[in-house]
Amino acid sequence: MEFLWFWLVSVMFAIYIVLDGFDFGAGILHLLVAKTNAERREVLGAIGPFWDGNEVWLLAGGGSLFLAFPKVLASGFSGFYLAMWLVVWCLMLRGISIEFRSHLQDGLWRHFWDGTFAVASVLLPVLLGAALGNVLRGVPVDGSGYFNMPLWTDFRLGPQPGILDWYTVLIGVFALVTMAAHGSVFLAWKTQGPVHDRAKALAPRLWLLVLVLWVLATATTSLVNPGILTNFPRAPLAWLASLLFLGGLGLVFASLRREQHLLAFLGSGAFILGLLAATAACVYPVMLKSTLSPAFDLTALNASVGGHSLRTGLVWWLIGFPIAIGYGAFLFRFHRGKVVAAEEGEGY
Amino acid sequence: MGDPLFWHRLQFGFTATYHYLFPQLTMGLALVIVILKGLGLKTGEARYSDAARFWIRIFGINFAVGVVTGIPLEFQFGTNWARFSHLTGGIIGQTLGMEGMFAFFMESSFLGLLIWGEKKLSPRGHFGAALALWFGSWLSGYFIIATNAFMQHPTGFAVAADGTLQLTSFWSFLLNPWALGQYAHNMIAAVVTGSFAVAAVGAYWTLKGIHPVQADLNLRTGTILGLIFSVLVAFPTGDLQGKLVAKYQPIALAAMEGRFESGPRAALTLIGQPNVPIRKIENPIKVPAVLSFIAYGTFSSNVQGLLAFPEELWPQNIELLYYSFHIMAGLGTLMIGLMGLAGFLLWRGRLASTRSVLWLLMLAVPFPYIATTAGWAVAEFGRQPWLVYGVLRTSQGSSPLVHSGHTAFTTLGFAGIFVVLSMLWLFLIGRELAHDPDSQAH
Ligand code: HDD
Ligand code: HEM
Ligand code: HEM
Repeated sequence: MEFLWFWLVSVMFAIYIVLDGFDFGAGILHLLVAKTNAERREVLGAIGPFWDGNEVWLLAGGGSLFLAFPKVLASGFSGFYLAMWLVVWCLMLRGISIEFRSHLQDGLWRHFWDGTFAVASVLLPVLLGAALGNVLRGVPVDGSGYFNMPLWTDFRLGPQPGILDWYTVLIGVFALVTMAAHGSVFLAWKTQGPVHDRAKALAPRLWLLVLVLWVLATATTSLVNPGILTNFPRAPLAWLASLLFLGGLGLVFASLRREQHLLAFLGSGAFILGLLAATAACVYPVMLKSTLSPAFDLTALNASVGGHSLRTGLVWWLIGFPIAIGYGAFLFRFHRGKVVAAEEGEGY
Repeated sequence: MGDPLFWHRLQFGFTATYHYLFPQLTMGLALVIVILKGLGLKTGEARYSDAARFWIRIFGINFAVGVVTGIPLEFQFGTNWARFSHLTGGIIGQTLGMEGMFAFFMESSFLGLLIWGEKKLSPRGHFGAALALWFGSWLSGYFIIATNAFMQHPTGFAVAADGTLQLTSFWSFLLNPWALGQYAHNMIAAVVTGSFAVAAVGAYWTLKGIHPVQADLNLRTGTILGLIFSVLVAFPTGDLQGKLVAKYQPIALAAMEGRFESGPRAALTLIGQPNVPIRKIENPIKVPAVLSFIAYGTFSSNVQGLLAFPEELWPQNIELLYYSFHIMAGLGTLMIGLMGLAGFLLWRGRLASTRSVLWLLMLAVPFPYIATTAGWAVAEFGRQPWLVYGVLRTSQGSSPLVHSGHTAFTTLGFAGIFVVLSMLWLFLIGRELAHDPDSQAH
């Protein structure tokens, strides 16, 4: 049961990153690929119907974590206290910018929201990437099961690191570039005209950068958390996931060459999903690694809630998950084809 | 002030109170929109779809603020109430998870279709989107209320050897009698908020003499719904809430009423100021025996006062609890009176020409907001000093290592963000009110 729930929670967060990832990407890039008001509205129109649903994956994933591993949620959320609120404030600002920008036909108003949207979209992947970096590197959880970390100290590793050190910042930058690259193929797929052309031109360059950073991130991760490398050969799921992300990466490059952007987008989704799944497989069962002693690690086994809750949760989870996927599929179908900027007073 | 618990409580209370200003209009308008769209489908008259379109735009703005202010609440369980989350996660994680899976996905998927999809969808399809949003938002209301109800009156659980609360019966947790009562009361209150808004806009246009067709439709709809739901919020649902509190939280009932001494034929205090140090209500105006009737259904029942309980079990903030309850119940009575008057005039065909009542309807919009906020204050202050009633103290639930400096910083951050959000909301809603609602006018 614990094993199953570890995977359910991991998959929900991975889906969240893939889905909100493309709208983060659109936000990171929109100032570059969309210059005029109509072009900006094209970008917003492409993500507008989806962003809130995408974000719900974070809430639902958080709910699943809460249900199955409350100790991890309690320890992690309170331990990353300030970083959590930075994430939340960025999510709030982004939501408001997307929803309110087109309510007024005023240049300054729109410039303001464009800027807010871009800043929040850049900060979020960096913060989320850094969060992943923290999980991989470990945090100073002690025997009480709790910890509290400052945002940064001296940017070096050690038993009492800050949330941001050189390693977690590197993972944050990797996440930023990956989201941008993911967004570029999404926009190339969904838009036309100049936005499409610019996104298309950016995509291969961004993906090369992803490749470089991926090598760098993998190398440093194996230094920071050597356990990952030793676990890898013994974890069949990690092999499977690696096939997925390597295949996805191959698909991205192949489809970019042939200008098949839907395929490239699917490949990019598979890359992110596979990479996160491989990471999860390598760290299992550890959910929050302690920098102080392995005895303090919070794992899927020692942090899980009782069996009755897990079984009850599984019943409704199995009903809810297909429904959620169904809504998503319906939305993509309903909004199929290239987007066009909506008329003034209508749409995003 | 250096006490971290103080800041945790302030932060949660402040952000939850602010958040709830928006969902109540969302949930209330959702029903109004379904009714208007349904009438439009049935009669084929453009005025119904026009009115629906106007309210859908307001709904969209309000919904957006509801979403972004709701996200921080979900996080606060982990960030501010870590020990509480750890101990109860296997239980309240169920409803919070289900809320995401079953309600939020539904709402977020159909929101875009409702707001921007009228041209792309058939009239039936658009009605379907309205229905889905109404259902989704009311469903999310249930899950969150069930969560809160577990804190008010825990059911379906057992305390394990390691101190965690373990689920023993899913259905008795989900169908907690407290949740059912609280849900009915709260949702009806949300429709009251929605109808007061609709009636106010109708009154405003009537007073200005503009958009006559829409003014009349809104005035009529708002008044009829407002009258029905203002009554329902007090009776039977408010009454039922009172009985639940009397049964499960008698100390909270005593504090709400500012009652110190016990005894039969308990009087209801209409007005008066509690003086807690000397344990007395000053300058009281009382109605004899009515409190006994409200709490237990007979005039002769004994209603216990605070002095019958050890002081360490008293809610800490008796004054606020007392005033909140009286404000809610007092405004509830006023609102029934106002809507009763408006409904009577409507029936006699004189409402549109009675300017004084139109003025009152237009200015009464804040009443339901104040009443719901006060109602939540009653529920939440009355629950003290417990976080999970009778099981877990509030002081044992907060995050152990988060210090006041952190919480004060983020609370102030929220204050800043909320000021901006409030200004944006007022500004954008104001602009919508200035739009011409008639489709014929274009
Ligand atoms: C009975 C009504 C009610 C109450 C008491 C609360 N909410 Fe709420 N909430 C809603 C009714 C609602 C809603 C009407 O369903 C909203 C408005 C916008 C939306 O998406 O749903 C919502 C939005 C909303 C969202 C955004 C969902 C999205 O992204 O689509 C979150 C995360 C929460 N709420 C969480 C909470 C929490 C943790 C609460 C506990 C204090 C809470 N709400 C109180
Ligand atoms: C939307 C309406 C709500 C309002 C206005 C509200 C208001 C408040 C207030 C004022 C406090 C502070 C109490 C004190 O310090 O004495 C509080 C605390 C709290 N509320 Fe609520 N609340 C609402 C709904 C909820 C719901 C639905 C839940 C559960 C899902 C909840 C969970 C909590 C928790 C965990 C605390 C902190 C612990 C405590 O002080 O008891 N609240 N709320
Ligand atoms: C006029 C008679 C009313 C009575 C007797 C009444 C009764 C109550 C009681 C006893 C509570 C506390 C429940 C608890 O401790 O959890 C409560 C809560 C509440 N009331 Fe009322 N109420 C009345 C009117 C209203 C009105 C007019 C509104 C708003 C339009 C309203 C909205 C609320 C809300 C939002 C809550 C908190 C959530 C809940 O517990 O449902 N009430 N009410």
